[in-house]
Amino acid sequence: MPKEEKIQLEGEVLDALPNAMFRVKLENDHEMVAHISGKMRMHYIRILPGDRVTVEISPYDLTKGRITYRH
Amino acid sequence: MAIKLKSKEEIERMRAAGRVVHKVLEQCRRMCQPGTTTREIDEEAYRIFVDQGARGLFKNYPTYRPGEGFPGNLCISINEEVVHGIARDREIQSEDIVSIDCGVELDGWCGDAAITVMVGSVSPRIRKLCEVTQGVLHLAVDNIKPGRRWSQIARLMQNYAERNNMSVVRDFVGHGIGRTMHEDPKVPNFWSKQLYRNDILLREGVVLAVEPMCNLGKKEVVTLADGWTVLTADRQPSAHYEHTVAVTADGADLLTDGR
Repeated sequence: MPKEEKIQLEGEVLDALPNAMFRVKLENDHEMVAHISGKMRMHYIRILPGDRVTVEISPYDLTKGRITYRH
Repeated sequence: MAIKLKSKEEIERMRAAGRVVHKVLEQCRRMCQPGTTTREIDEEAYRIFVDQGARGLFKNYPTYRPGEGFPGNLCISINEEVVHGIARDREIQSEDIVSIDCGVELDGWCGDAAITVMVGSVSPRIRKLCEVTQGVLHLAVDNIKPGRRWSQIARLMQNYAERNNMSVVRDFVGHGIGRTMHEDPKVPNFWSKQLYRNDILLREGVVLAVEPMCNLGKKEVVTLADGWTVLTADRQPSAHYEHTVAVTADGADLLTDGR
C-alpha cells in the first residue's frame, strides 16, 4: 500500500520548544508543532524564531509537522 | 561587546545627523557627471558640512589629529574600488559607478550612509550589480524586527546576493553607531559560525550601520599602498550601499533617508 501523500507548506517559526520542537505558523495562519527532520539534525541546521521554513504535514494529523528546509 | 542602547530622543538626534548625510549624498549624486573630479565632490561635501554645523567623521580618521589618518572628507570609490577611496583628480567617466560614503557628527551624534551612483548608461551587468546590492540592503531593513538575531538576517543577505551570482565582501562589515562612528557590535553581511557564537539580539534601541558590499567577480579584496583604498582582487566592479538603521518596536527605522 502506498504511503499517504504529505502536504508541503511554508511557514514562520514562532517559538522554540524543548526537544528540537518548534511552533510554526503556516502561511494560511494555521499553527502547529513541528520537529526537525533527522537530516537537518545531523547537519546541525539551527532554527531560530523568525526563520522561514518548509514543513511536511500528514493529511491525517494537521497539528504536527516535520521541518524539512530552512530558507 | 557591550551594545549601547539608544533612547527615542537619542535616535531623533541621530536622525538629525542622518539628514545632513542625506543632503550631502543627494548633492553628490547630482554632481556625479562625466568630467567632474572626485576632489570637487569632496570639497563640495566639506562646504555642506560647514554650512550645516556638522563635522565630517572620515577626515583624519582614526586619530583626528590634523595631517594624520584618512585624507578625505568622503570615501569615493570608482568601479573596481570597493570602499575607502580617496578623492583625487581622477575625472568621472560615463559608465562609471561611483560609490560615495559619508559620515558626519552633529551635536555629538553620528550618521553614516553610502550610495552608489551609476553615471550615464552603464552596462546591464553593472546595473544589475547595483540593483542587487541595494536589494540586499532593503532585504535586511525589511527583515529587522525586535527579537530576531542578526545571523538570520545576514544569512538572507548573503543568500540573496549569491543567488544573483554576486559575491559578498568578507573583509569589511557594518557596525554599531552612536556617539562615535564605530561602536559594537560588528554587523557582517554574511553568515559565519563566529557570528552564531556572538550573535546580536535585535531589540529596541539598537542602532546599526548596515553596509552590504557586493562584487561582480570574486569576494577577495586588496588594499593599495596608500593604506586606505580597497580594490577587488580581480578588478571587477563593486557596489556599496549603506544606511543607519534603528530597531524600533515594530521593525526598522531608517535614519539616513532624509526624513
